[in-house]
Amino acid sequence: MSKVSKKVLLKGNEVMVEAALSAGCRFFAGYPITPQNEVPECMSRRMPEVGGVFVQAESEVAAINMIFGASATGTRCMTSSSSPGISLKQEGISYIAAGELPCVIANVQRGGPGLGNIRASQGDYFQAVKGGGHGDYKLIVLAPSTLPELYELTQNAFDYSDYYRNPVMILGDGILGQMAEPVELKEYKPIVTLPEKDWILDGCEGRDPRVIKTLYLYPSDSLAVHNAHLKKKYEQIASELELFEEYKTEDCELVIAAYGMTARIAKAAIRLARDKGMKVGLLRPISLWPLANSAFMRLAETAKKFLVVEMSNGQFIEDVRLATECSVPVEFFGYGGGWYPTPENILERIEKVYTL
Amino acid sequence: MASKQAKIVIAGFGGQGIVLAGNIIARACVKEDKHVAGMVSYGAEMRGGTANATVIVSDEEIASPFVEKPNMAIILNQPSLDKFEDRIVSGGLVVVNSTLVMRDVVRKDIEVVKVDALEIAKWLGNARVANVVALGAFISKTGILKMESIASAIEDLFARKKAALIAINKKALQEGMKVASRLES
Repeated sequence: MSKVSKKVLLKGNEVMVEAALSAGCRFFAGYPITPQNEVPECMSRRMPEVGGVFVQAESEVAAINMIFGASATGTRCMTSSSSPGISLKQEGISYIAAGELPCVIANVQRGGPGLGNIRASQGDYFQAVKGGGHGDYKLIVLAPSTLPELYELTQNAFDYSDYYRNPVMILGDGILGQMAEPVELKEYKPIVTLPEKDWILDGCEGRDPRVIKTLYLYPSDSLAVHNAHLKKKYEQIASELELFEEYKTEDCELVIAAYGMTARIAKAAIRLARDKGMKVGLLRPISLWPLANSAFMRLAETAKKFLVVEMSNGQFIEDVRLATECSVPVEFFGYGGGWYPTPENILERIEKVYTL
Repeated sequence: MASKQAKIVIAGFGGQGIVLAGNIIARACVKEDKHVAGMVSYGAEMRGGTANATVIVSDEEIASPFVEKPNMAIILNQPSLDKFEDRIVSGGLVVVNSTLVMRDVVRKDIEVVKVDALEIAKWLGNARVANVVALGAFISKTGILKMESIASAIEDLFARKKAALIAINKKALQEGMKVASRLES
């Protein structure tokens, strides 16, 4: 694939691979599961071409722990999976967060719980933004809604990850992974000045040894001190990183709150609603953690109501209620189990809640 | 908004080149700098099972990538006609592979283009290019893309591993085109 800026047709899963490689990702470990299979498939072909290492691990658990190791050496690294596989990775993700190791984890969500099905879903929202594994930790969670945005955010994810020394999750879904769209493969440019990796394990000849660990037994308050440090870091991230998009919110009475694929479909519904004279807008968080609470609060001051659309039985709605401090009614439209809304479905719900 | 978008479904047996036909259309769109969103049915599909691909072609940004109600269809076998006939919007167009679709299209409010795609493909020497014969007829009838872009997309797709098949696919495209233009007169 040439590096020239020119649009090419790629599936979402392939877009992540090209973005990761352009951003200098040189280690990938993963395990097959639909609907993310094109990520490892494409990586297995492309990674050797750029001189990196691709491993099809024996399991998701092995893959995420390989990421722990690769990241500790300072290598930009990535793993991907779909919902059940991401559940398997949670222990490792908790360890990586504890060790403050940068990496990118892609979840191409499918229907759950359990093996569920292989259709698209947003049912892993809580798992992604509330921690997922054990202990007090946070992932930076990014939710792209188009393939050009997926490309850009995957590149940026490596920067956020290195800058904050924190794992970053790309929270997509089966539709985003499987659909094909033209994407311009823009050259990677760091979005922040990246700090020197003065913590990596690369052989201690001529310098003091370093330790990357997740076990804090002595002194007895060492874990509390470590966790306070993590808390401070999460507060810093929350104060610096708020990514969101607003669409036709200037005069809107009803705010649709949606992320990823559903936000994209909601845009079509909003156009239909506007044609009928209804003042509807969209607030689309791009970072799900941290969430752009101030944008929600600002719109809650002028709009009369929020409508949350999600491919789930209702998860994101809880954070919308928190972000708006329950100052306006928040309605929900969604189903779990591998369903997606059509613009007409959403319009119907808009018409129902708009007049109430 | 809807009138400016071509919402295409391509359906048939797994193995008939449904995904390939969708891919050719989508790549041709990129060449003409049009907005395009493609989806294929994925998962428990197999040779002989049913498969479908959808492509939205638009001059504007595409919001939802799904095609619930296509306004254009390429139907390569009878089960696919049974499945999609009712979904096509009124005034839409369907290209039917009449070699394998034995019944008539019941709807009177859609334009039907019957092409003996499999027979033509066999006559050309490769039964597997029936999809491209149908595609040729489709592009000729709808005019949504330039034939050169389609031909160029075929070249790109086959160049790496199957360059020997470029010629027969281009021939299939032309035959489909010819058949469709004959139907017009």
